[in-house]
Amino acid sequence: MTESCVVLAIETSCDETSAAVVENGRYVLSNIIASQVDLHKKFGGVVPEIASRKHLEMVIPVIHEALEASGAALSNIDVLAVTKGPGLVGALLVGVSAVKAIAFARKLPLIGVNHIEGHIYANFLEHRELNPPFVCLIVSGGHTQLVYMKDHGCYEIMGQTRDDAAGEAFDKAARALNLGYPGGPVIDKLAREGDPNKIEFPRAYLEEGSLDFSFSGVKTALLNYINSKKQKNQEIVVEDVAAGYQEAIVDVLVDKTFQAVKYKKVNVLTLAGGVAANSRLRQKLVERGEEEGVKILYPGIHLCTDNAAMIASAAFYRYKKGDIADLTLNAHARLSL
Amino acid sequence: MKVLGFDTSSIVATAAVVDDEKLVCECIINNKKNHSEKLLPLISEMLKNAEVALEELNGIAVAQGPGSFTGLRIGAATAKGLAYALGIPLLGVPTLDGLAYNVKHFRGLICPILNARRNQVYTALYEGGLDSGFRRITDYMAVNIGKILDRIQSTGKRVIFLGDGLDVYRQHIAAQLKDKGVFASQAFNMPSAASVAMLGLEKLRKGLEQSAFEFTPLYVRRSQAEIQYEKRKRERSN
Repeated sequence: MTESCVVLAIETSCDETSAAVVENGRYVLSNIIASQVDLHKKFGGVVPEIASRKHLEMVIPVIHEALEASGAALSNIDVLAVTKGPGLVGALLVGVSAVKAIAFARKLPLIGVNHIEGHIYANFLEHRELNPPFVCLIVSGGHTQLVYMKDHGCYEIMGQTRDDAAGEAFDKAARALNLGYPGGPVIDKLAREGDPNKIEFPRAYLEEGSLDFSFSGVKTALLNYINSKKQKNQEIVVEDVAAGYQEAIVDVLVDKTFQAVKYKKVNVLTLAGGVAANSRLRQKLVERGEEEGVKILYPGIHLCTDNAAMIASAAFYRYKKGDIADLTLNAHARLSL
Repeated sequence: MKVLGFDTSSIVATAAVVDDEKLVCECIINNKKNHSEKLLPLISEMLKNAEVALEELNGIAVAQGPGSFTGLRIGAATAKGLAYALGIPLLGVPTLDGLAYNVKHFRGLICPILNARRNQVYTALYEGGLDSGFRRITDYMAVNIGKILDRIQSTGKRVIFLGDGLDVYRQHIAAQLKDKGVFASQAFNMPSAASVAMLGLEKLRKGLEQSAFEFTPLYVRRSQAEIQYEKRKRERSN
């Protein structure tokens, strides 16, 4: 790379307002994240209208802070990028509208980025020597996908959830156990104190050879378990329940992921998305990777959850390919890779 | 001074530029809604045709609400992005003020009504035909149409109605107010960015500018989730 290219990106697809400045797709100069999680806690999940209002309030302060923290001025920015979907459409529209206006006012190239693609690119920020091809397991509150990344911007979806996302399964379990929202971190923490083999939850492997996932069955099994314990007036050991439940989800994720790695004959596996922060998932993948000679790479926890740095990284490679959006760029609730 | 104004609070997408002497250009599209895709291309084309450079602008005026929540946010986020990137002030103009401005010379009351769904309208009352133009005499509110009509009737004054609430309530209003109620012509019945920009320019002259950092829409209504949450909380405490 002879010339430097600085991207300013904005991400507003769910409940974090984030802006980041990234150089050449790999070097994070700043990555500001304003989380709304506390606003939504009392509703037990993200309320789209409340999220959209908060994004609108935060979008300019967060952009400004990202510029200040990076040491760059708006006049030093070469490319603007924004998450265009998938996500909450009202939330996405705030970022898309604001970024389009800035690009128009400053006559800068504009890149629309797929949020899932962004999650994969978090790995490029953490591991600067990483290049495709590899298999990536994307697990978050909204998504569970196995993707083969052949080259930049070139993806094959090998499997995905047919019902709940893995993160959603953790959120629903946490709600059923009155552990609050979001569920992933608290289940992870409790599970460390529990015995994963005490309570056996079902593992849905689906048809032979399928790399799809289904987490609605394990959730139903958990609800049944809680109800039957309550009816019998028996104590529920939350730590053991959390450990058993988490183990059922993690086992399926690990098995299917290594099947995908085997099909594609790659020796690098990357992890992405909020649930990639789950300690048991990381541990089991790393153990299995050591057995099978596969290198497991994952981003630091702050890059696993929604953030704009990953969007900037993906945008850099899109920009290099000339994939530039015009002022009609819109937000899309559903959008595949 | 030049101000760019726009309003995406309803099905109408409209943008205009005004300066100290005149309305420089205006565009109104009152057909099918896709503000996210259309607003900036519409502004870009209009400025090009009017030969106005972005650097000439001294302020960005935007319809602040009430109106469609999503429509308001598309307008507000666009205004914030422009004001921030150009380093100029943002000027929030209440949607109902903008509508009332369309017919500010009417001698009597002016009552803009916007369809707020859930059997309500967003409205406010104005006195028109004053030497100073017009003046708002109530809060911005979300109410049942009957409530505002009763209030108008009690004044005995003539009143002009306008806004997309007429699509639903025209007959209802005519039946209750008889010859005291008149309706604006279709040419003035919808949001006009010229009105928004003119009111924005007045604010700019008075130094009543807002910044892209703190500007927030006038939603008038809370989100449905909050309303229901409060309701459940009240029921539980009873």
